[in-house]
Amino acid sequence: MSYEDWFRQDRLPHIYCAGCGNGTIINCTLAAVDQMGWKKEDTVFVSGIGCSSRAPGYILTDSLHTTHGRALAFATGVKMANPNLNVVVFTGDGDLAAIGGNHFIHACRRNIDLTVVCMNNQIYGMTGGQGSPTTPKGCLSSTTPYGCTESPFDLCELATAAGANYVSRWTSYHVKELEKAVKVGLETPGFSFIEALVQCPTAFGRRNKFRQVADHVEYLKVHSLLRAKRDRMLEKGEHIPEDMFVVGELTKRNRPAMGVKP
Amino acid sequence: MTRTEFWQGNTACAEGALAAGCTFFGGYPITPSTEVAEHMAVKLPKKGGVFMQMEDEIASMASIIGASWTGARTMTATSGPGFSLMMENIGFAAMTETPCVVVNVQRGGPSTGQPTMSAQGDMMQVRFGSHGDYAIIALCPASVQEMYELTAKAFNLADKYRVPVFLMADETVGHMREKIIIPDKVDRIERKSLAPGMLPYQADPDLIPGFGQFGTGHHVHVTGLTHDERGYPAATNPQLHAALVKRLVDKIENARNDMADYDIINPNAHHVFVAYGGPVRTVQQVMHDKKDKEIGFLRIRTVWPFPEKALAAFKNVQAFFVPELNLGQIAREIERYVKVPVVSIPKLGGELHTPAELVAVLEAHQ
Repeated sequence: MSYEDWFRQDRLPHIYCAGCGNGTIINCTLAAVDQMGWKKEDTVFVSGIGCSSRAPGYILTDSLHTTHGRALAFATGVKMANPNLNVVVFTGDGDLAAIGGNHFIHACRRNIDLTVVCMNNQIYGMTGGQGSPTTPKGCLSSTTPYGCTESPFDLCELATAAGANYVSRWTSYHVKELEKAVKVGLETPGFSFIEALVQCPTAFGRRNKFRQVADHVEYLKVHSLLRAKRDRMLEKGEHIPEDMFVVGELTKRNRPAMGVKP
Repeated sequence: MTRTEFWQGNTACAEGALAAGCTFFGGYPITPSTEVAEHMAVKLPKKGGVFMQMEDEIASMASIIGASWTGARTMTATSGPGFSLMMENIGFAAMTETPCVVVNVQRGGPSTGQPTMSAQGDMMQVRFGSHGDYAIIALCPASVQEMYELTAKAFNLADKYRVPVFLMADETVGHMREKIIIPDKVDRIERKSLAPGMLPYQADPDLIPGFGQFGTGHHVHVTGLTHDERGYPAATNPQLHAALVKRLVDKIENARNDMADYDIINPNAHHVFVAYGGPVRTVQQVMHDKKDKEIGFLRIRTVWPFPEKALAAFKNVQAFFVPELNLGQIAREIERYVKVPVVSIPKLGGELHTPAELVAVLEAHQ
């Protein structure tokens, strides 16, 4: 099997815009799922509302496309009622960190055996480009027309602080690393959180001086700071520029988890 | 062997759920429903079930919908403020045809209102509270015995019609303690499975599609978006949306006489009480005291869909009297169906009507 076998061919073409990074993240996730050797009938994809949350609708398994922000609460019900199912959640920055923030920290706290892939495009794409809790300071959106003045969430630090067993961040540029991170997340008992920064040319890029899709992907590449390098810089007391974000495996531990397959 | 117990209504509700085979409870503490969750927290793990205390009522409702798709019989229990929070996901359950049971032990509202006092102020909210057009089933118990029996029945109705079913209790019935006779077992109606060759949202002639349980290889896509028979989003197709919503409503409304549950007492009477839930007890006291065949009583257990056929059983009726712990929510529903006067007897404040209050209204019209 390959990741392509996990798609519902009768649902294509998809709704994503030209240049959208979500397809890359879905491919990486399904490639990791495929390597797990899981059966389709034992696997459930759950999502909330937003561009990222349309992903389960294109995947040939049981899938639950729920209400805005609530994917993790629905997934908790699925996984706790039947721990034999492999439950993977697709979400986005608005879905997870704004309206779903409470469910996010409590799912981490419970350390429930879910793997969550967050496509963080730093904006509300589906509703046309409003600022989100991860929109960087100064960035333009339809609701931050003079530049975002609020501080963004660091979703990975939030997940770590709240108790997740596995936390990792990559971008749509780092496809191989992302695939491996999702696989480790799928293998790790307990709550696994993988943040994938993605380009959104339609809602974010065109407002924030990324004339070409490749410009934004290049930005994600150049501003990624490997965790190991970050640690070395910290040791040497070097200054870490504010526009850099740390990528790599950020947390891996084996705290007691809920809903693990017996 | 049946056995007799002396139980609180909320305990009887939880025991009725356990007897019906409920294996997943997701809830959040709220007065006056908390005893339901507490009892489930004690009993469910011992029976191999799952009790989850969720982070809020939004998550509680979400969790029981998710768990239901694995085939489990699932329930939550709450009161007014929590019920308001559940509304969006209740609509999701209606749209996705997810069987589940929601217990609302009603308290005085609006807002935080009277947490420890009785009310029936959520009777319209339960019917119309989520956005869009849909239909649900709501049952109202008037005794500890009915807290048990109607909870068990709610699971059967939920599975049969693939709809969220509501046990609309009130603080009086939830916290009342009285004798209850526990049956050997309760009847169980199973969820109709998705038949081979049928699509996940392709309805049978009864307008109900077969259930494609997660983990059984059906590859069902469940979405709150308007969807076609495959379950795939089709949100911009006007005809499809109209047909879907009409079916969701018709599958319940067309079956209203099948699920109607009421008692008709003194059908030849001129003056007829109509009551559900706690106020039933006050009417029973009035009937007991007056021993008057001139007083009729329609005692309703299935409030939604409203069993309007029962009203026609009172051939000589000159007026219906409707005591409710709200400002006449169901009295207005009755007015839609009858030509005689409907006298609403509202009571706010958290206490039941006294029998004397009902007699006074009755005598003023005699």
